[in-house]
Amino acid sequence: MTELKLPSLDYAALAPILIMLGAALVGVLVEAFVPRRSRHVVQLTLALLAVLAALTMVVLNADDRLITAGQAISVDGPTLFLQGAILVLAAMALLLIGDRSVERGGAFVAQAAVTAESADDRRQAEGRNGLTEIYPLTTFAIGGMLIFVAANDLLTMFIALEVFSLPLYLLCALARRRRLLSQEAAMKYFLLGAYASAFFLFGVALIYGFTSGIPGRGAGVDFSTINAAVTESPTSPVLLFAGMALLAIGLLFKAAAAPFHVWTPDVYQGAPTPVTGFMAACTKVAAFGALLRVFHVAFAGAAWDFTPVLGAVAVLTMLVGAVLAVTQTDIKRLLAYSSIANAGYLLVGVLSPSRDGLSGTMFYLVAYGFSVLAAFAVVTLVRDADGEATHLSRWAGLGRRSPFYAGLFTFILLAFAGIPLTSGFTSKFAIFGPALDGGQAWLVIAGVLTSMVLAFPYLRVVVMMWLSEPGESTPTVTVPGGLTSAALMIGVLATLVLGVAPAPLLDLATGAADFVR
Amino acid sequence: MSLSPYAPIIGLFALAAAFSLFSVGAARFAGPHRYNKAKLEAYECGIEPSPQPVGGGRFPIKFYLTAMLFIVFDIEIIFLYPWAVSFDALPIFGFVEMVLFIVAVFVAYAYVWRRGGLDWD
Repeated sequence: MTELKLPSLDYAALAPILIMLGAALVGVLVEAFVPRRSRHVVQLTLALLAVLAALTMVVLNADDRLITAGQAISVDGPTLFLQGAILVLAAMALLLIGDRSVERGGAFVAQAAVTAESADDRRQAEGRNGLTEIYPLTTFAIGGMLIFVAANDLLTMFIALEVFSLPLYLLCALARRRRLLSQEAAMKYFLLGAYASAFFLFGVALIYGFTSGIPGRGAGVDFSTINAAVTESPTSPVLLFAGMALLAIGLLFKAAAAPFHVWTPDVYQGAPTPVTGFMAACTKVAAFGALLRVFHVAFAGAAWDFTPVLGAVAVLTMLVGAVLAVTQTDIKRLLAYSSIANAGYLLVGVLSPSRDGLSGTMFYLVAYGFSVLAAFAVVTLVRDADGEATHLSRWAGLGRRSPFYAGLFTFILLAFAGIPLTSGFTSKFAIFGPALDGGQAWLVIAGVLTSMVLAFPYLRVVVMMWLSEPGESTPTVTVPGGLTSAALMIGVLATLVLGVAPAPLLDLATGAADFVR
Repeated sequence: MSLSPYAPIIGLFALAAAFSLFSVGAARFAGPHRYNKAKLEAYECGIEPSPQPVGGGRFPIKFYLTAMLFIVFDIEIIFLYPWAVSFDALPIFGFVEMVLFIVAVFVAYAYVWRRGGLDWD
């Protein structure tokens, strides 16, 4: 019998991932054995403690630059920075998910299988129970994202993609109110997500075929093999181009870039708002972390070939996001199109191969994550008897009714619009500067023009909130409990601090902006 | 031409085909034929294709739950077989990993058991 060679495992470097997945397993056991009354508190505490422990391990690992687990996981600067970002943003999202003061019983349904719009369904919308399985699901998703940004070969990346996608599909279906919309969102996300996964996997197969062409080296889908194949392989690059395109489709779908963005508005609108915030912040970080690693490490030698294509996708994404945001009448859909446009700006960062480009992209991801979570935190607060009042017309005059929260939301919208002294300005600067240095002026021009278009819908909401008289249908803002307040304040403060003093985080990102190969 | 590695597989296919043909044929000639309504229903848990109630109606999902639980153990077995075959080649590390894997599967099992997934009614 042949002797099997075991891969070496660096447990300390893998600890953040192991902690999150272990905590998710414990969470499932809590669901099974802890009495229903105390589950909510136990689960929320467990999830937050796990995130804290994982974050501690990321900080302790800060100097690691290594590849472990048999070439499957690379723990380097970008990995650690993005894992830290995912964990901080996920902690904020968990605060929103765990809040039960804004809506009695929380934002999640008690029994998802009850027929939507039936009498039973209306009864449970008013009840004080809510699913607590959301916590293990969220923890699994966070664990998958941590692997996704660390994956050093395409198969590990695919597994991670599924590990964080499957819980998200479920979480989308669990909104307490507007059940049909929520189920529709989950169904669309699931079907299109499965479709995108198939593209990704097909791309992996073609890339594997391409790498078999290098003389004197085995085929494989780890990034160093692909990188070697891109520069050395004497075979025709048709397989490489086809594989790269299919792979990009799978990743750009998760990143919500046009023309793979069509699910975004429906899913963002139908999903429970805390989950929407979680997706807008953490999924973005994970998806762009993977895009950065795939295109900067694996396909670095083919930059000349993919830059025009990805650049066209970036411009299209910015245009689609900005132009369609103008026509939206629902605040969650407006934020969804804004998130699409932001995916376009982030793609500009992905196309700057310099160290500054990489650090700028990572900085943008963090800054945008904080702002977008704060924005969705405010959306959970504006409500009437039927739940959240998301139609924009209902927000008219909100500034007179609740100047404090309208003020916070105005500040976040100004940050999205890129006004100086907010993180929106510094992060756009951090992305467009390196792109200009890298000779991608056309992307920067498109970015600045679409930013100006995108400022219009934001400012329209601001004008509506402050300059209209409150009508009879203007809802009041629910005064939030500690959890949502904490998330909102963290988001707003981070938006301000990163706008006024971005240097510490930018330095951290620049120090981390170096892949191991 | 040597087919040696594939010859047993072809043999298996032939055997399987012969067995099913023989069983169906023998039942046709030897068995009694007493038709009733239950014999025409969809196998196990399928939805009756017609007539369908307006608006979809309700149908039992008990079999689906059992089927999903079955898949959990099915996957476990898929990983257990190769491990059992190469048990000697793996040091204690392999054993520990496998125990961890089985624990993870049993967490799912414990969840199904405690939340009533195994109760038929």
